[in-house]
Amino acid sequence: MMAFFDTDLGIVILTLLKSLALIVPLLIGVAYLTYAERKVMGAIQLRKGPNIVGPFGLAQPFADALKMMFKETIIPAGSDRILFMMAPMITFGLAVVAWAVIPVNDHWAIANINVGILYLLAISSLGVYGIIIAGWASNSKYAFLGAMRSAAQMVSYEVSMGFVIVTVLICVGSLNLNDIVMAQRHIWFAIPLFPMFVVFFISGLAETNRAPFDLAEGETEIVAGFFVEYSAMSFALFFLGEYANMILISATTTILFLGGWLSPIPFAPFIWVPGVIWFLLKLFACLFVFIWVRATFPRYRYDQLMALGWKVFLPLSLGYLVLVAGVLEVFGWLPNA
Amino acid sequence: MPSVTKTIEIDSHTINFGPQHPAAHGVLRLILEMDGEVVTRADPHIGLLHRGTEKLIEYKSYMQSVPYFDRLDYVSPMACEYAFALATETLLGITAPERAQWIRMIFAELTRVLNHLLSVASFALDCGALTPGLWGYEEREKLLEFHEAASGARFHANYFRPGGVAKDMPAGMEADLAAWCAEFPKFVDKLESLLTGNRIWKQRVVDIGVISAADALAWGFSGPNLRACGVAWDLRRAQPYDKYAEVEFDVPVGLHGDCYDRYLVRIAEMRESVKIVSQALAKIKPGPVKVQDTKFAPPKRADMKHSMEALIHHFKLYTEGHHVPAGATYTVVEAPKGEFGVYLVADGTNRPYRCKIRPTGFSHLQVLDKLSRGHMLADVVAIIGSIDIVFGEIDR
Repeated sequence: MMAFFDTDLGIVILTLLKSLALIVPLLIGVAYLTYAERKVMGAIQLRKGPNIVGPFGLAQPFADALKMMFKETIIPAGSDRILFMMAPMITFGLAVVAWAVIPVNDHWAIANINVGILYLLAISSLGVYGIIIAGWASNSKYAFLGAMRSAAQMVSYEVSMGFVIVTVLICVGSLNLNDIVMAQRHIWFAIPLFPMFVVFFISGLAETNRAPFDLAEGETEIVAGFFVEYSAMSFALFFLGEYANMILISATTTILFLGGWLSPIPFAPFIWVPGVIWFLLKLFACLFVFIWVRATFPRYRYDQLMALGWKVFLPLSLGYLVLVAGVLEVFGWLPNA
Repeated sequence: MPSVTKTIEIDSHTINFGPQHPAAHGVLRLILEMDGEVVTRADPHIGLLHRGTEKLIEYKSYMQSVPYFDRLDYVSPMACEYAFALATETLLGITAPERAQWIRMIFAELTRVLNHLLSVASFALDCGALTPGLWGYEEREKLLEFHEAASGARFHANYFRPGGVAKDMPAGMEADLAAWCAEFPKFVDKLESLLTGNRIWKQRVVDIGVISAADALAWGFSGPNLRACGVAWDLRRAQPYDKYAEVEFDVPVGLHGDCYDRYLVRIAEMRESVKIVSQALAKIKPGPVKVQDTKFAPPKRADMKHSMEALIHHFKLYTEGHHVPAGATYTVVEAPKGEFGVYLVADGTNRPYRCKIRPTGFSHLQVLDKLSRGHMLADVVAIIGSIDIVFGEIDR
């Protein structure tokens, strides 16, 4: 049997199986993230959240999915039909593709490539295309404004996010996500690089268009922003993409700063717990903060968001990068030196 | 004739904001001329909720007119009824009994809290803060239960009548109200913890939509919007009606006339309203709740069983209504949104000859262009939220 998986066909089948093993739980995770968001926000806002479909409303995500599938996909008359349909596919496709390099446990990744973090950065930068194309193809002013906002926003935050990642990389000496986690055996990067951790998480909120940076959607300003014209499954794909990206950013935060699958308490009963469990727990904690922030804060204004990105985060991350590099050099702590 | 060269630069686009827009507060249609994200001109269109209230009232008896006032500013229905009840009383030359006056004051202040809760909550919601909105609704629900207990309806109360109120408060309600007065300020603290010191909230509302005191007066501002500019003008203080002269309360004022000050004034007013309600509860005494003249108020049901006269009065009152001596009055109350006035002309018949309503929101809405010019799209939403407009009264 193992010999079969070494043949060409075997490798293809194995990869497909691995992908399925990742994508199916991911999609179920996305479905239940929407449920969790509604429940958590419900608790914060003194209401119940979904509680009708199934026990504790647990079947609600599936009811929503069914509803979406049976709705009519409306394509506006003035739109560019091909681009209009492509945009949600791009958004959703990219949100899923990025997961190929995420290790959920030691070497548990579909592709354990040595430039994993670069791949992640590249894929998440592409994400803006789905939004711009959607805004442009809709041929609607609200959608167009949303797309412009989102393009500006994602580009600005990508820069400081890049510097944050570089800071982590010079501490690790590798672009491989597995190595990054293993480098945190002794101390999570969230502690020595705490300001970077905060910058990364906030940039993550902006990168995924989540509150308080949900300007691209800006429900009370530009109605729903870039996906105002979308309905049925094309809308659902954007929705799934947004939530998959939220999980992705949380996973990236976990890997870069929270020690991935490593046990936070490095002795007996805790190190017996499988790494996947620790990984998921940290992931959930990050996602909870995502939801918590959404329920708490008002939305930023477009220019304030840009000011925060360029005037606060960029100098801060750049300065900290230089500081960290200096400290590592002076004390001779540079890896691979 | 020298030749004239006219250069027209077209570098803006228009956005049709509403009437179906989540931040349009009902049916505001706003034509926004934009330069990128910056608003160069805001042109509010009104009339989409026009129901001809003023004309309809000319064909109704005075008592039948009251419910129309619930449907004007539907966020603070009793404040509108108040103005009409006082106007009719002025024309009739009657005064409501003491208990009725206290009850009307209590409910006018509860209405103020109802209105400010919704106003602040939807203002926050417009700026993207979701939670204050739902917390506010939870508190409003408690107040609406008082409404329902007293009048039988949650919103369209039809409770304040010319000559008093429809019926007395149910037994035990005074204690419930006192308990609410003790609890509510804690809720305001909680609400403030989400917004008042929040950096993002302040970035969104401080120095947005600034209007000077002089401009505000020139444009006909009133209520919290005027007080936020630093003008301490409150009709409850300036020309007290009912029992307002007998209670102590502060008139909160702002300094800068921006969205943040308008928000702070509303928060402070909620606390003042609670003070007024608790003072009223301390001073209210048992007694009749409508004038004891059966020409203006229905007789007791028990009397009608054996008194022919009472039966006739009841029949006449509910079919023909009461005749109001010829005259005119402009009667105003300090509604939660500002000066709400009724100009009532009576010609001696049982129906008003003319009923002109002075809505509060109209004069606030007309300044939208001035307030939002040069601001960004997101600020327009904040400004609309902060001036607290309701289309029921603007369109009438």
